[in-house]
Amino acid sequence: MNLQLTRRRFIKGVIFSGAAATTGTGAYLAANAQSGNGGAERLISLSINGRTRRVDVPPTETLANTLRYRLNLTGTKIGCNRGECGACTVLIDGVPNYACSVLTHNVKTKDIVSIEGVKSADGTLHAVQQAFIAENAPQCGFCTPGQVLSAVALLNNNPRPTKAEAAKAMSGNLCRCGAYEHYLNGVLRASGQIA
Amino acid sequence: MPSYDVMPNMELYQPVRVEDALDIASRYADRGWLVGGGQDTYGWLKDRAKSADALIDLSAIESLRGVRETAEGLEIGALTTLTEIAENALIKQRYALLADAASVVASPQIRNIGTIGGNVSQDVRCWYYRRGLSCYRAGGNLCYADTPQGMNREHSLFETSRCVAASASDTAPALVALDATMVLRSVNGERTLPASEYFVGPAVNIESTTALRDGEILTAVRLPTEWANATFYFEKVADRNVWDFSLVNVAAAFKVSGGSISDSRVVVGAVQATPRRLTAIENAIRGKAKDEATAASVAGIASEGARELAHNGFKIPLMENLVKRAIST
Repeated sequence: MNLQLTRRRFIKGVIFSGAAATTGTGAYLAANAQSGNGGAERLISLSINGRTRRVDVPPTETLANTLRYRLNLTGTKIGCNRGECGACTVLIDGVPNYACSVLTHNVKTKDIVSIEGVKSADGTLHAVQQAFIAENAPQCGFCTPGQVLSAVALLNNNPRPTKAEAAKAMSGNLCRCGAYEHYLNGVLRASGQIA
Repeated sequence: MPSYDVMPNMELYQPVRVEDALDIASRYADRGWLVGGGQDTYGWLKDRAKSADALIDLSAIESLRGVRETAEGLEIGALTTLTEIAENALIKQRYALLADAASVVASPQIRNIGTIGGNVSQDVRCWYYRRGLSCYRAGGNLCYADTPQGMNREHSLFETSRCVAASASDTAPALVALDATMVLRSVNGERTLPASEYFVGPAVNIESTTALRDGEILTAVRLPTEWANATFYFEKVADRNVWDFSLVNVAAAFKVSGGSISDSRVVVGAVQATPRRLTAIENAIRGKAKDEATAASVAGIASEGARELAHNGFKIPLMENLVKRAIST
């Protein structure tokens, strides 16, 4: 019932911004508060784990919800949902971020890597994952996906971090089992500093 | 019953030009909500403690990002992330105070997306207020924190006025210490404010922590050459090294020549709703050596006039000691 309203408000928004819709510049009105499911402007493309996914997303939905409840990528855990635990950490253009505190509409032009995209195409676990297993790092395992992604991002930028550098890079991921030392040893193992 | 897992639906604008953002901000005025990195926004909305008709997401405006060298110093776009500031070579080289402050905000992931504009414009940290209670700051007529049973360990020592919440920004005291200028734009043009006037306490405006007016956008922060390469000291004390907001922080800049302090800026954060510049300390140490004896000679001045609440008395010796360390280190 709100399709017309949606369209009218959308066009109004674009005109108001002073830019022609065809130029691709100017304000982009992502979606309308009153639209039910499916104003065309809510349908966006996301690049997730190397695949393009088309998905219908409300304007204020977080990436964590989109990953889990629209794309069934439930490896991304929602712990606190307030950016205070790190369980939902994903990589956005290679940078670790909390998926619970990023709007999905904010990452339309970015490359997202969630835990499902860390292993290689043939199923071989990433060196970080193998090292975490070797160090018995996961206990309950809830924080593990986030820990893996923080570690992967660190090693991509700094292949041989010191323990202090690793601790700083991993400091945005809480582990309520308290397995921090195991995760840090895992990072050092994955970087070839512990055999 | 709303689900506190998700935010309520609302309009979302994603302008790519600052002019478009200003148009939208002007149209929505107090019903529009400016979003940079969103790290102080989404909690308010998920909790239903505040609402807006539209989110105006500034993160796609490239002209508001980055660090530029100007004739007067450095200009930092308001959307520059805290990680970018902490790692920027020019800032580290000349204004290490700001890089140090930015590097201890919250957690790595939050610094990766949180912006300098957001960090200095964030709302106060009072859990009664953030819970959505109708306190003074929320338009009501009661302070829940300043009561005998109130939890006010994180709250203010100075310049309270009905509201006793404290600012917990780490970069705000650094900007005041560096005599930074804040650049504010609206559809009517641009105005600039010294950082010290950008931050406002509850006596001036109980509903806002900044001088930003409806429809205005903080577009940049300018650091003057005046304090480039000074001797700096920044320290943050919080319950945990990660995530937690400052209980007290200190940002100080000293010009030392011929063994004595010729000029200084000593600013303490998280002891009131704005960064607190300690001009009495600055005056007392002028012309003296930057050492322990000088630090000892000004003991007691930093906390003069403090009014402690039931549970925040520890902040008095804490700020005294941080100021002492800033002068003696």
